[in-house]
Amino acid sequence: MAKRLPPVDVVLVGFGWTAAIIAQELTEAGVQVLALERGEFRDTVPDFATDTIQDELRYAVRKQIFESPERETLTFRNSADQTALPMRHLGSFMPAAGVGGAGVHWNGQCWRFLPSDFEIRSQVEQRYGSKFIPEGMNLQDWGVTYDELEPHYDRFEYLCGVSGKAGNLAGTKQPGGNPFEGPRKHDYPLPPLKRSASTTLFDKAAREAGFDPFPCPAANASKPYRNPLGVQMGQCTYCGFCEWFGCGNYSKASPQTTILPVLLKKDNFSFRTRCNVTRVNTDGRGKQATGVTYVDIDGNEFEQPAGMVVLCAFAQHNVHLLLLSKIGTPYDPQSGQGVVGRNYAYQITSSVDVFQKEILNPFMGAGALGQGVDNFNGENFDHGPLGFIGGGYIALWNTGGRPILQHQLPKNAPKWGSGWKRAMHDNYLTSTSIATHGSVMSYRNNYLDLDPTWRDDYGNPLLRLTFDFQPNEHRMSDYLTEQATKIARAIPGATHHAKKREGHYSIVPYQTTHNTGGAAMGADPRTSVVNRYLQSWDVPNLWVMGASVFPQNAGYNPTGTVGALTFWAAEAMKRYLKNPGPLVTT
Amino acid sequence: MSMPAEGTPARADGASVDPARRRFLALSLVAPAVVALGSCSSGPRAAARAPVYFSGAEKRFVDAATARLIPADALGGGANEAGVTDFIDLQLAGAYGRAERWYMRGPWPTGTAQQGFQLKYTPAQIYREAIADVEAHCQQQYGKPFAQLAAAQQDDVLHALEGGKIKLAKVPAKTFFALLWQNTQEGFLADPAYGGNRDFTGWKLIGFPGPRYNYVEEIEHFGQPYKQPFVSLVGRDPGAHQPGEA
Amino acid sequence: MSARTHIVRALALGLAAAAGAVAANSADVARSSPGPHASVEHGRYLVRAGDCQSCHTAAGGAPFAGGRAVPTPFGTIYSTNITPDRDTGIGSWSADDFYRAMHEGIARDGHHLYPAFPYPWFTRISRDDVRDIKAYLDTRPAVRQPDRAPELPWPLSIRGAMAVWNGMYLHEGTYRYDPRQSAAWNRGAYLVRGLGHCSACHGDKNFAGAVDQDHPLEGGFAENMYAPALTGGKRDGLGQWSEQDIVDYLGRGRNAITTAGGAMAEVVEQSTQYLSEADRRAIAVYLKSLPAPKDHQVASLDDDTMKRGAALYLDNCEGCHMRGGSGQPGAFPALKNNSAVQAAEPDTLITAILQGDRVPATQADQTALAMPAFADRLDNQEIAQLTSYIRNAWGNHAGGVDAGDVGAIRKKLRKSNH
Repeated sequence: MAKRLPPVDVVLVGFGWTAAIIAQELTEAGVQVLALERGEFRDTVPDFATDTIQDELRYAVRKQIFESPERETLTFRNSADQTALPMRHLGSFMPAAGVGGAGVHWNGQCWRFLPSDFEIRSQVEQRYGSKFIPEGMNLQDWGVTYDELEPHYDRFEYLCGVSGKAGNLAGTKQPGGNPFEGPRKHDYPLPPLKRSASTTLFDKAAREAGFDPFPCPAANASKPYRNPLGVQMGQCTYCGFCEWFGCGNYSKASPQTTILPVLLKKDNFSFRTRCNVTRVNTDGRGKQATGVTYVDIDGNEFEQPAGMVVLCAFAQHNVHLLLLSKIGTPYDPQSGQGVVGRNYAYQITSSVDVFQKEILNPFMGAGALGQGVDNFNGENFDHGPLGFIGGGYIALWNTGGRPILQHQLPKNAPKWGSGWKRAMHDNYLTSTSIATHGSVMSYRNNYLDLDPTWRDDYGNPLLRLTFDFQPNEHRMSDYLTEQATKIARAIPGATHHAKKREGHYSIVPYQTTHNTGGAAMGADPRTSVVNRYLQSWDVPNLWVMGASVFPQNAGYNPTGTVGALTFWAAEAMKRYLKNPGPLVTT
Repeated sequence: MSMPAEGTPARADGASVDPARRRFLALSLVAPAVVALGSCSSGPRAAARAPVYFSGAEKRFVDAATARLIPADALGGGANEAGVTDFIDLQLAGAYGRAERWYMRGPWPTGTAQQGFQLKYTPAQIYREAIADVEAHCQQQYGKPFAQLAAAQQDDVLHALEGGKIKLAKVPAKTFFALLWQNTQEGFLADPAYGGNRDFTGWKLIGFPGPRYNYVEEIEHFGQPYKQPFVSLVGRDPGAHQPGEA
Repeated sequence: MSARTHIVRALALGLAAAAGAVAANSADVARSSPGPHASVEHGRYLVRAGDCQSCHTAAGGAPFAGGRAVPTPFGTIYSTNITPDRDTGIGSWSADDFYRAMHEGIARDGHHLYPAFPYPWFTRISRDDVRDIKAYLDTRPAVRQPDRAPELPWPLSIRGAMAVWNGMYLHEGTYRYDPRQSAAWNRGAYLVRGLGHCSACHGDKNFAGAVDQDHPLEGGFAENMYAPALTGGKRDGLGQWSEQDIVDYLGRGRNAITTAGGAMAEVVEQSTQYLSEADRRAIAVYLKSLPAPKDHQVASLDDDTMKRGAALYLDNCEGCHMRGGSGQPGAFPALKNNSAVQAAEPDTLITAILQGDRVPATQADQTALAMPAFADRLDNQEIAQLTSYIRNAWGNHAGGVDAGDVGAIRKKLRKSNH
C-alpha cells in the first residue's frame, strides 16, 4: 500500500533540463514545486571534476554517466510483424539518469529550428502540393510558430551562454552567421568558439563547394559568462570531453551550471532522488491528475498528491508513463486512431570520413565546436525534384579525439593485426569526419506502445518501440551525404570514405539520442496528445515537456527547441495557475 | 579493499555500484594491483600478475589471441606489452564482466541483427564458454592449445571466429570475436589507470597525449604536434603512482 | 567546515591593544537614519556586518541560539544564546548590560566572557550601534536553549582569569575619530577595527591569543588557513589592488584579480556582501592607507622543483587556472600576482589543494564555483612541489614548501574533519 505524502502544488517527474526550467519559473511565481528524480544528485565538484572526468572507458564505453537499463529498458522491432526484443544494453541512443539529466552529458549543440519546421505540413503542401506527402507519413504542423517561440529561444540561449554568430538579426542578414536561420532579436550572448584545424579545413572546403559555412551555435562558453539569473560559467578550454561526460570547469551549459545554484536555495523548491515515478494518478473520471505514485530505491511505494503534474523525463519515458497511467487514447496502428505513442521519430545520420596529411590534433576540441552548412535543411532548398521531404545540416564537429571511440580508419584498412596498427598510427592525428544530421518524419508504422511480454523491476510492461527508416529518409540522407562528399573532395590532398546510413534502423550502433514524439503537440486533439502549450488535452493539470511533444523531427539537435518550448509552456502554466482549466478549447 | 569476487551478485537495489565520485577508489583498486610487482624498482613493469578472473589456460589463450590482434612490431609494443590481458581480466572480474548494468531478464529468443545482443550470458561467461570451445576446436584441429599454434594458424582460427566459421556450443563465434576485439582495443587505448595501455603503448602509437584539460592556446597552432608528455588519470607514471598516500 | 572555521578565526583570543585609542565620539562614524524601524533595520545591518549569526548558531540549530562548538588552542568553547529568551538568552538584559558585554566582555550576571567572543574589537562600537544591534536581536524568535559550559583546563576554566587577560590585552574604549583623515577613512577604520574584527584572522597572534596590535593586519593563522596581509605589500598584501578591487571583493567575492576562498568565502557570503557600497568603499579607503611592511627575503627555488611543479600544474590545474596562472576573471582566481598565493605562510594554498575550495555564492554571482580536492590524487611531495612552483612562477615570489609542511597540514585537516 502506497504511503500517502503531504500534497505539493506542482510535482515534476524527472529533474533534468525541462524540470529545472519549469521549477525555476514556477517557484519565481510563488508556487511550491517538488521534483522527483530516479537517478542520483550530481554536481560539477565532485562528480564531474577536472581530475577525474576525462575517462573514456568509464563514462563513454561503460556508459556510467547514462541511464542503466538493468531495471527498465524498452523492447524494439523494425516492424509490427516482428517480435520486439529488449534492448539489453544501451546502443543507438543514450538517455540519462540523475539530476541534470542529459543536460549533463550533451555536447551543447544548441540550435533553433527553422520557421518552416513548425509549419511543415502547410509549407510542403503549399510548395509541392499535398500529393508530395508519401502514404503513411503523419506530417503535422506544430500548433506553435517560430515567431511565438523566438523570445523563448532567446531566453534559453541567454540562460546557457550560447557562443555563436547571428546570421539573421531581425530580418537583416549578418555576414559570418547562418544565412538560413530564422530572424532573431538578439545576437548570441557570446562570440563563437575558437576554430580548430579541422573546422578551418571544413570552412574553406565548404566555401569552395559553393555552400555557406558558419560557426555552429555552442552551449560551450567561449568566455566566462554570467547568465541573467546570476549563475556563472567558466570558459571552455577545449579539453575534448563534452558529450558523454560532465563538464569539469563549468563551461558547458547544464542545469547545474545555469539554474541549480539559484533554484536549490529556494524555500519553495525541493527534490528527491532515486524516486522512480510509476504512475500519474487521476481522479475517478480520469479528467484531473491527483499526483503521482513513485517507488524509492528500497522498493517502498509512495503517493505524492499534487495540484499539477509535469512530465519532464526523457522522451520515451514520458510516453511510457502516459500509457501506464492510461491517460489519453493509446495509438492503434491498425485503425490509425489514438494518439499516445503516435508520431515517434528519430534522426538519420551519416558521415564522410576525411584522411589528409596535416596534423589536426583531434583531441583538442569541444562538444559544439563545429563549422556547419545549412544549405540543405528544412525548406532552405527545393527538394521537389529530389523527391523527399525534410533535410538536415552538414557539419564538421571537432568534439574530441577520444582514442577508443573517436578514431577514423580508411575503408580498406585491415580490421586487426599489424595493418590495423599501421592505419591507427597513420590516421589518428590527421583524419576527421564530416557529419550529416537529417530529419526523420513521423509515420503510421513507427510508434510506441506497451510490450506484451517483458516487464520492468516494478512489474510494469516495458515500452515497445516499432521503428524503421523509411525510403523518404534514406533518399534525403543519401542526398545530404553526397553534398558532404563534395565538401570532402574540396579538402586538398584528402581521400574520403562516405558512410551512408543503409538498410534498416538498428538499435546497436550509436547514432543519436534525439528520440522524439509519442506525445505530440498540436492544434487537433485527434492527432496530438498535448495542445500548443504542452498541456494534456485530456487532463488539463497534466503537462508534457521535452522532445516527446515533437510531431516529427527536424534536421537539428533538439535541445534548443526543447528549452524554448519549456519556457513557452512555463508562461502558459503561470496563466493556468491563476485560472485553472484547458488553455485551448476544442 | 579487494577486488569483488566473480559471481558476486549485483546489488539488489540495482544501485549504481560505482558512482563517479568514488571513482578514485575504483582506480586505486586497479593501479596498485597491476603494478604491485614492478613498482618498487626501476626494473621492467610488465611483470606477470596473477589473474583475478581468468584461469591459467584462459589467460594463455587471451595473451596469445590479443598478441595476434595487436602484435608488437616496428611501430611499437602490442597487446601483450600494453597489458591488455590484465585489463580484460580486471574488467571481467568487475561490474562489466557481470553485466550489472544490462537488462538480463528472459525469455531469450533469437532476434535480428538490428535488435542487438540477446544472449543470456554475461561478458565473463561468454569468455569462459567460448575459450573452452575454441580450445577444444584447436585440440581437434591441430592437437595443440591455441597458444602453442604458429602465428599463421592462430590467425586462421581468429579469422574463422570473426567470420562465424567455427561453431561454438553456446555463444556465436562472431559474438565472441567481436567482444574480444572490442575489449582488446579498450585495453590498448583506455587510460592506463585501468591496467592496460601500459607505458602508454596505445597512446604512443596514435599520438593521443592523455587527459589534459586546457588546449586554449594549442588549438590554434594548426599543423603543429602537441609536445607535452603523456599523462594518465593517475599521473605521468601510472605504473608507479599510488593515489591517496599518507 | 562552514562557520566553524570562521568561529575559530573570530575567536582568535586576540586583543586590541589599540595604542592610542581613546574614548570616541561615535556620532562621527556610526550612522543612523530616521524612521520607526530604523533602529531594528540598522541593527540587522550591523549584525550582518559583524557576522554574529555564524558563530551564535549551531549546525542545524536555531539562529542566534548559540551552542556552536568553538575549538580553540586552549579547549572548546560554546557560543551563547543571544535570542530574546528571558531565561537562557538575553531577553532580560538591559541596554547597559548588553553594552557592558560588548564593551568589556562581562555578562549580565558579572561573569567574564571568553574572548572567543570578539569584545576586544567590539569595544570600539558606538553606544548607538550597540543599542541597534540589541534592538534587532530582540526581534528574533526567542529560543529556550541553555548555554553550554566551556571545556577549558585550569586555570583558564576560572573565568576570573579573564580579568587578568583583559588587564593585559584589552584596551576598552569606543572608536576615536581621527580628524586628520577623511570621513570615509574613519568609517572604514571603525568597521575594520571594530565590528568587522578583521585582525582576528588577518593579524598575528601572541602566545595568549592576542593580536599583535603594532602590526594588526599583516596576516595571521586562522585554523588551517593563513589569512593574508591586508597591508600595502605588493606581493602578499593589497599593494596591487585598487579601491574598486576591494569593493568588488567584499561585495561579490570576486574581482579582476582573484576570488575569495576558504573561510573568507563564508565571510563574504554571510557578512560583507550585505555591506553598503559606501561602507565597502570606506573599508577600501582605510585598507589602502595601510603602509607596506618591509618585504621579507626568501630563497629562490631550485630548477628541479620548479620543473616538477610546472609539470604538476600543467596536469592538474590548467583546466581552470589557465596557462601562466592567469585564471578566469570573476570565475577562477588568477594565481599569478595573487597575495593569498604569495602569503608569508603557504597554509591557505596547501589546504585548498588538499581539500578543495569554493568561491562564495553571492546575490550578484550565484555560483559557488568549486575546486576539487586533490588529497587523494597528489602525495605530499607532489603538493609541496606544486605549491612551491605556484608561489614562484610567473613573477610570483614566496617561500618554498616541503613535503613535511604538507604532511602536517594533511594530518591537521584529517583531525579537524573528524
